[in-house]
Formats: sequence, structure tokens, C-alpha cells
Amino acid sequence: MAVDGDGAVTAAPESAGLDGQAGSGAEFIQLLTPEGERAEHPDYPLDLSTDEVKALYRDLVIVRRIDTEAISLQRQGELGIWASLLGQEAAQIGSGRALGPRDMCFPTYREHGVAWCRGVDPLKLLELFRGVSHGGWDPAEHRFHLYTIVIGAQTLHATGYAMGIQRDGLVGEDGEAVIVYFGDGATSQGDVNESFIWASVFNAPVVFFCQNNQWAISEPLERQSRIPLYQRSRGFGFPGVQVDGNDVFACLAVTRKALQAAREGQGPTLIEAFTYRMGAHTTTDDPTRYRLAAELEAWKLKDPLERVKAYLVRTGSVGADFFEAVEAEAAQVGKHVRTSCQQMPDPELMSIFDNIYSEPDSLLNSEREQFAAYLDSFEPEEAAQ
Amino acid sequence: MTVLTLAKSLNEGLRRALEDDPKVLIMGEDVGKLGGVFRITDGLQKDFGEARVVDTPLAESGIVGTAIGLALRGYRPVCEIQFDGFVFPAFDQIVNQLAKHRLRSLGKVSMPVVIRIPFGGGIGAVEHHSESPEAYFAHTAGLRVVACSGPADAYPMIQQAIRWDDPVIFFEPKRRYWDKAEVDSAAPLADVLPLTAARTVAEGSDVTVLAYGPMVRTCVEAAVAARQDGRELEVIDLRSLAPLDTEAIFASVRRTGRCVVVHEAAVTGGLGAEIAARVTEACFYPLVAPVLRVGVFSTPYPPSRLEDQYLPDLDRVLDAVDRAFAF
Repeated sequence: MAVDGDGAVTAAPESAGLDGQAGSGAEFIQLLTPEGERAEHPDYPLDLSTDEVKALYRDLVIVRRIDTEAISLQRQGELGIWASLLGQEAAQIGSGRALGPRDMCFPTYREHGVAWCRGVDPLKLLELFRGVSHGGWDPAEHRFHLYTIVIGAQTLHATGYAMGIQRDGLVGEDGEAVIVYFGDGATSQGDVNESFIWASVFNAPVVFFCQNNQWAISEPLERQSRIPLYQRSRGFGFPGVQVDGNDVFACLAVTRKALQAAREGQGPTLIEAFTYRMGAHTTTDDPTRYRLAAELEAWKLKDPLERVKAYLVRTGSVGADFFEAVEAEAAQVGKHVRTSCQQMPDPELMSIFDNIYSEPDSLLNSEREQFAAYLDSFEPEEAAQ
Repeated sequence: MTVLTLAKSLNEGLRRALEDDPKVLIMGEDVGKLGGVFRITDGLQKDFGEARVVDTPLAESGIVGTAIGLALRGYRPVCEIQFDGFVFPAFDQIVNQLAKHRLRSLGKVSMPVVIRIPFGGGIGAVEHHSESPEAYFAHTAGLRVVACSGPADAYPMIQQAIRWDDPVIFFEPKRRYWDKAEVDSAAPLADVLPLTAARTVAEGSDVTVLAYGPMVRTCVEAAVAARQDGRELEVIDLRSLAPLDTEAIFASVRRTGRCVVVHEAAVTGGLGAEIAARVTEACFYPLVAPVLRVGVFSTPYPPSRLEDQYLPDLDRVLDAVDRAFAF
């Protein structure tokens, strides 16, 4: 909707509607149809062995299982909150598996699938949502930065990091690249637009990976943009591409190409992975208040896992034993996540004073001492109980 | 010893930091060819190149946000925010990101980023060019906040800030940029006063006057004037606003029994309120008068034709001293 000069509310142009956002024209990259049929695109040749496809399928199933377990753990009171990736597995696994070992990754707080690809223990993610830490993994070890909660702030960190790669002389042959994740809502943030400008004018080796899951909590895409999001990059002077975000093959191929371009010094690319947030924004959200069940049903037919399974079955190379083995492995991972989460200890209370400055701080030291003395003053009474 | 202006002293300090460590970068608006609107980075791009002295797009959040990314990659960015009132678009990146990375990573990530901010009034500027926003940053855990007051200190202080492994908000009193003093550029950094220490700039036994940035000179002048009236003001340049050098503050107040805190910022919720509370708690019995604050009113900064009367000056400091003695 738009408001004209007289204050009357009018319909937005056709292009602003969801129907105009994706799936129309050659710019929408799809290499595996929802029915599991292979499609080709001249710009994105992809030759995957059966083992490679099976590995992608395994990733998809396992990260969905981790997500399912986490939602249950939240319902059981073991997690304070959880941001589900349900429906976005292909976008995350496809892009995550496109990364080279030296590429650096900057996530939001929903990139559990990418974290899996980067070898971050799922329990570290659960620590954050349980309230045990604010993250705590080593970004340098995993080449996967800490989750960023403020929407879009990490796009600038990624761009600055990419500028560091330039200063290290690691653009070109044997180059490194950065990928940064954000959502459709984030594209309205100043930081995201500033990062587009920085990356563009400095030709920084960064790939902007936007998972357009159609909803920013309750706000639909048309509240953020009148044009498809991938077209935004044109105004900033770098290429944008729209990919079927539920197609792990296309996400892999498109991200690989964009990362390679960045490494070689061709600068940034915006990838819009057109997908759908099948669950709530987080476990505290109730999407029935703002979106229609029919929409969800339509997207169920585009499930990112089912199409890979259908492809593997269709190509005849994979039997039921493979799928059973993957399910069994996922169940094991799920069980490990569940039991480990339940046993996860709370942090030491006095650790609140740690890791704030690089060296001891006299103010924090005195506050720590005072708080400890205060707490100690209760002990005799407790002991008497 | 060389006589330098504050602006030149900072310029020389930055130059030295760029020479000493190839990871040091300077970034900001107009810091390259122009040398900054106050010329603090004059000549640095010419000598160190565009990769190390970076003219950025005009967006403060972008400056600080990309500096964070560069720090993650092992660089030590020094950001210039052109004027105090322009820091607010970067507030999220400073408060939510820069200050929080060490804790978020459980100590695995350091943020050696310096954010230089010319602050305070007195130059006849338009709106948003005369602000004193230091309390916002001193209130934020994870940041170090310092303010230089003159050329002698500025040269080592900027280098110490750049070597610090925590983010440092570095305030520069813009109306004192043209003040001159002797600078000892030969003294090793290890031998100079630590960045977090206060400095006594005038000794006295009757009242402790605490100031920082542009108000240090004002208070020293007040001390000279007060001496003619037979009052000995001990003026302490706080230098570090977070952490505060409470040992130095308390030791002085215990001797004098009186304390006046002077800053250009509004007294409401300002650093003076924090200092007054701490001094009262630590020096309750030695105090013979309440801690008094000299600052500006709870108003936005006025049009500049009024700023000479609006800002604390020598007389306002002496008035507070009189009130401290009236108890």
C-alpha cells in the first residue's frame, strides 16, 4: 500500500506484491525443482557426485533435527528462546558448503545450519539461547563469527573484515572472501545499506547473503521493499542475483560463484535466497496472528529436504538404507543435543565480572569483592535451613 | 622538547603510531587529502598511503562498524568522528558491538579500536558541533574513555590509546587545538604517566578541583586567580573518565576536604554526579562541604552567540569554590 498526496491509501504497484518478487524470468536461479528434477543454468554449471549430494542431504536432515530438538527444549523450559531455521536449511547448507576453509563468515542469530558447516558445536548455539553465554566460541578457529542479535550490524563487521583481507594482500589468486548473512527485514537497516556502499566503493571481497524468508517477525516483505531485494544492489553498483533459497544445489552454485568472484577481486555480490520461514520468528512469536495458513501450505510443497530426497530416489542411486542411516544419525545428534543441554551447568555468578577489559580493572575488582561479601553474608542463614 | 599546538601534537602522535605498527589505520571523513577538518591527520595519507589513511564514505556507523571488522582481522583502526554531535549514528556500533565483543567471545576477541572525537564548545559553531557526550560512553561497560587537555599529554596519550587492547573513546578539546606547549617526543611511552592515571596540574591545599578536556585550562587559570585571594586550588586533570583514577581523587580530597568537579557537559547525569557520589562515599568524614558541580544547564546547547556565557568559565569555577567555602 502507499499513501498519495491527499493522504488516500492506494494499492502499491504490481511489482511490489509477493507474486512479483520471485520465480519470474531467467534471473531466478533454480537447479533443482521442488519435484526433485535437475534444472540447468548456463551461468551456474554444477556437477555433483552422488556422494556429494548425499552429504548435502545429510547436512539438511541433521540441522533440521537440531532445530526440532531446540524448539522442544525451549518448550520444556530448557532454553529461554530459540530462533528456528525451519524452511531455510537449503539456503544455509548450500551457502555454508560453498565456503572455503579460509573464508570468513558473519552470521545473524539464525544461521545454525551454517554453524554446522563451520564445525561449531550446536551446544555452543544452545548456550546462547539457554542464557549460559552470549556465544563464546572462537570466531577465528571456526572462521565463523559470533552471532549478532542487532539486525544488520554484522554486515559492517564483515565488510571491514573484507577490507582487512585487501590490506593483507589476499585478494586475487589464492584469495580469501567473506560472507555475511542477513534477512529481508535487515535490508531496511542503515548499517546494511552503509555496508553496501563501503563494499562497493572499496571493492571489498564480501558476499551479501540475504535470506529473504518473507517475514520480519510480523512484517511482510512489502513493508521493506517495493522491488525484489536482489535488485537493490544495482543502485549500489554491484551485481545481485536471486536464487531459489529452498534449492540447496542452486544456493551452493550461486554462492560458490560469488565467493570466487570476491576472492579474485571482482568485489561484492548480493545474493537473495528466496525462501520461507516455516516456523515462528522465535519460540515467543505467534505467526497465526499475521499470516495465512494457506501460504504455509504452499511453501510446504517447496520443502528443501524433500526435493533432494526425491532427486536421490529418482536418480536411482540411493536406497532406503541410506535414508534410514541418515535418520538414525540425526536421531543420535538430537539425543546428544537434548541430554547435553539438560545437563548444561549455569555459569559461575562471579564470571559476570570477567572478559570486559583486557586487563584487571580496579572498579570491577571492588564491585566483585563487595558483591561476594554481600553474598557471603547470607550463608549462615542458608546453612541453618 | 618542541613547542607544538595540541593539533600538531596529536598529528605527531598519530604519525608515530603509524610508523611503529603497520597494523595501525586511520579512517574517517576527510582525513586523507584534506587532513581532517581540524588538520589533525594532516599529511598522513601522503606519507602512509590510502590503504592506511582512509577517506571513508559519510556514515559514522559505517566507520565504526567496518573498524570492528578490521580489528577482527588484526588491525588497529583509529576512527575520526568529525564532530561530537556526529557520533550518535555510530552509537549502536560503539555500545552494542564494540564494547561487547570481548564478553561475547568470552575473552577470545579484542577490540583495539580508538574513536577520536573533537568535543566541546567555544568555537562559534552551529548546532551539533559543540556537544560533550562523554557521559554516554563512560556509562558503558567495555569502553575506555579518555580526554586530553593539552599538547604535552596528547602526544603520548593518543599513542597509548592506540596500543590499548580495549576500545578507547578519545576526546579532544577542539577549542584548545591551537593551544601551544612543550612536548617531549623523546620520552619512551613506558616512562610516561599511564593512560588511566590522573595528573595534578596545580597543587593546593584548600579545595580539590577536578576537570578534564577544555576545562583544565580554565581551572588552572582559576587557580592562579584564586591565589590572589589567598585560596590554594588543587587542580587535577582527570584524563581518564573510565576508569576514573579514584585513588588520586580521594587522596587529594582527603587533604583538602573540599571538592568541585568542572565539565562542559550538563551537570544532570554527568560525570560530575558520578564523581560526587564516589567522593562522598569514600571521603565522607574528611569532607567539610558537599561536592559541588560546575557544568552547563539541563538545556540543549544554545546558539553560539550565547556560548561564552553558557559555558563554565573562570568566574563560575571561582563561584563554586566560594560556595564550597561557605559551608
